[in-house]
Amino acid sequence: MNELPEVVRLLIFLVGIIGFAALNAAYLVWVERKGAAHIQRRIGPKEVGPFGLIQPLADGVKLMTKQLLVPAGVDPILFKVAPILLLVPAIMSFLVIPFSEDLVGRDINIGLLMIFAFASVNVFGVLIGGWGSNNKYAVISAARAVSQNVAYEIPMLLIVISIVMVSNTMNLNEIIRQQAGWFFNWNVCRIWVNPLMPIAFVVFFICSLAETNRAPFDLAEAESELIAGAYTEYSGMGFGVFFMGEYANIVIGCALTTILFLGGWQSPIPWSPAGLLGTLWGVSWFLVKMYFLIWTVVWIRWTYPRIQFYYLLNLSWKILIPFALINLILTAAMIKVF
Amino acid sequence: MSDFAASQTQESFVLNLGPQHPATHGVLRVKLTMDGEYVDNAEPVLGYIHRMHEKMGENRTWAQYLPNMGRLDYLGALSYNHCHVLAVERAAGIKVPERAEYLRVITVELNRLASHLLWFGAFVLDLGGFTPLLYAFDDREHILDLLESVTGARLTFCYFRFGGLYNDIDDAFVPGVREFIKRLRSRMPMYHNLVTKNIILIKRLKDIGPISAEMCRRYGATGPVARGSGINFDVRKQEPYSVYPELDFDIPVYDECDSMARYMVRMDEMEQSMRIIEQAMDKLPEGPIMAEKVPKVIKPPKGDYYTAVEAARGSFGMRVVSDGTNTPYRVKLRSPTFSNLSLYAEATKGLLLADALALMGSLDLVIPEIDR
Repeated sequence: MNELPEVVRLLIFLVGIIGFAALNAAYLVWVERKGAAHIQRRIGPKEVGPFGLIQPLADGVKLMTKQLLVPAGVDPILFKVAPILLLVPAIMSFLVIPFSEDLVGRDINIGLLMIFAFASVNVFGVLIGGWGSNNKYAVISAARAVSQNVAYEIPMLLIVISIVMVSNTMNLNEIIRQQAGWFFNWNVCRIWVNPLMPIAFVVFFICSLAETNRAPFDLAEAESELIAGAYTEYSGMGFGVFFMGEYANIVIGCALTTILFLGGWQSPIPWSPAGLLGTLWGVSWFLVKMYFLIWTVVWIRWTYPRIQFYYLLNLSWKILIPFALINLILTAAMIKVF
Repeated sequence: MSDFAASQTQESFVLNLGPQHPATHGVLRVKLTMDGEYVDNAEPVLGYIHRMHEKMGENRTWAQYLPNMGRLDYLGALSYNHCHVLAVERAAGIKVPERAEYLRVITVELNRLASHLLWFGAFVLDLGGFTPLLYAFDDREHILDLLESVTGARLTFCYFRFGGLYNDIDDAFVPGVREFIKRLRSRMPMYHNLVTKNIILIKRLKDIGPISAEMCRRYGATGPVARGSGINFDVRKQEPYSVYPELDFDIPVYDECDSMARYMVRMDEMEQSMRIIEQAMDKLPEGPIMAEKVPKVIKPPKGDYYTAVEAARGSFGMRVVSDGTNTPYRVKLRSPTFSNLSLYAEATKGLLLADALALMGSLDLVIPEIDR
């Protein structure tokens, strides 16, 4: 793909990324409902199309045709900007994610940094959505969302720093390339680099789960406490865009976990076909790992009750951050010694 | 928002929880005065579905009032039904055949199981876990099928009559109940694995939402709320009625006074209910289900009568004053959830919003019964 003209390449990736994000958002809702139905032993959506596959389309039409209510007393600009602020950074992050060695929007040196720069914006969407709604539930939710996201970004970044130290680069493709070979070369298994690596993987996954504001960390939404939290006043596609943003964030989180710990597009055996087939081979492995993690997210969502706010913060500040710091120091020491 | 914020003279604000709120399970409104996320004061506001059940009782004949009992607590209708027929039978001096008494106990305990199962699901739903609700609903469905086969209704059961029952059970009922109990027994470990042993649930409930025994006594709290605070009071043991004295069962009591204790009391009560049903089915005698010579129009002698039963939510009492006519002179209902909710304001002082809602879930509220 690299030999195509720059403009064509740009257009293909733009369309591809937006399509990927939108389709993921639509079909993750379907996956979520199917998953919930399997876990809860009910039938699940299966009315529209085979296996209910057209259901997301029907949902989309329904959301589009609904009136966008703007309640009296809201801050009109903030209220309308908030959903977009949640969705756009998530889609932007897709730009640097390598789906395969040569299938990546922009193979830049600071890809990891860029993802985290954009990831820190999405909490802003929840915050101003909650604040702009002129609703007390939404304001409480906004305050919760900020403290939650701040708390979980710290251990997440500390773990990422240790990965950066191990791989000596912020280029996502390069990080994956270094995990080549058998599956025990993946970062999650490299206990000779850092004995805490498997635990670091779990911590990172917990943090990315918390960043997506989903159960058991869905304190910004918390339907039995805050009705719908920051999204209470949103109707129709306003809510739909929030939802898309949330799912885009799940995909980003799981893609990042795959890249940093599970070897990205590397297959578990050191073999890969050449040419276009090789690209497809890499993409398939990437998607398999990513969707496995996404399924785990769905599974956790329908199994665990919601955590209480102070336990959430305590888990981050008292357990995850100290662990991430120890992990960081240990990694540095291991690199220096060996 | 900024104009609003500027006009505020104090830090605390009022948050209207309800009348339509996912955690209040009905039209209950709680005016929460909040200081940030901490509850300063919680004032339950009643009256959204007031239907003057007590006044209705005074305008109807004794028998006409029977269906009302199912509308009070629609999740444990039979206990209320039981209380009403017991009150009238005691007043009018009607002797009930033994078979009818046993069947009453079996159906009441089945109804208690159904109520507790729904509470279990709804409580975990309040804490954000949706899956246990559907599992519990699945089990409750079996009870409803069984009760439907004998009472003809699936929610507002009205099975008992003065002097006995509406009709006898069919041949499939007792084997059906036995099969159901076998099923529920095998599913209880799953519930404990999925919910009771869940670290998040334990953290949400343990040492949260304290209700002391002294507070229970002051507000008249009964049932699992009181038993979770170490008060060993159960009407079935303390003031036995029906055939409960002939059955062997324990009253689960926990001393922790927290939400977890109330949760555990109800979970253990489900086990005990299963024991009661099994024993009652073993002892179930043959015979008539209706007392002989029950007058068509009941006219209890003049007097003031009070009868209490242990409903799923606590002690339900009925005070009837008879003036010897075919309608009561006065009906006063003493419903358990009303007292249990009364302590909510005091118990939630200083709690976080999330904990206050967990506490509300642990009280097991049914609104029509509070708001008669």
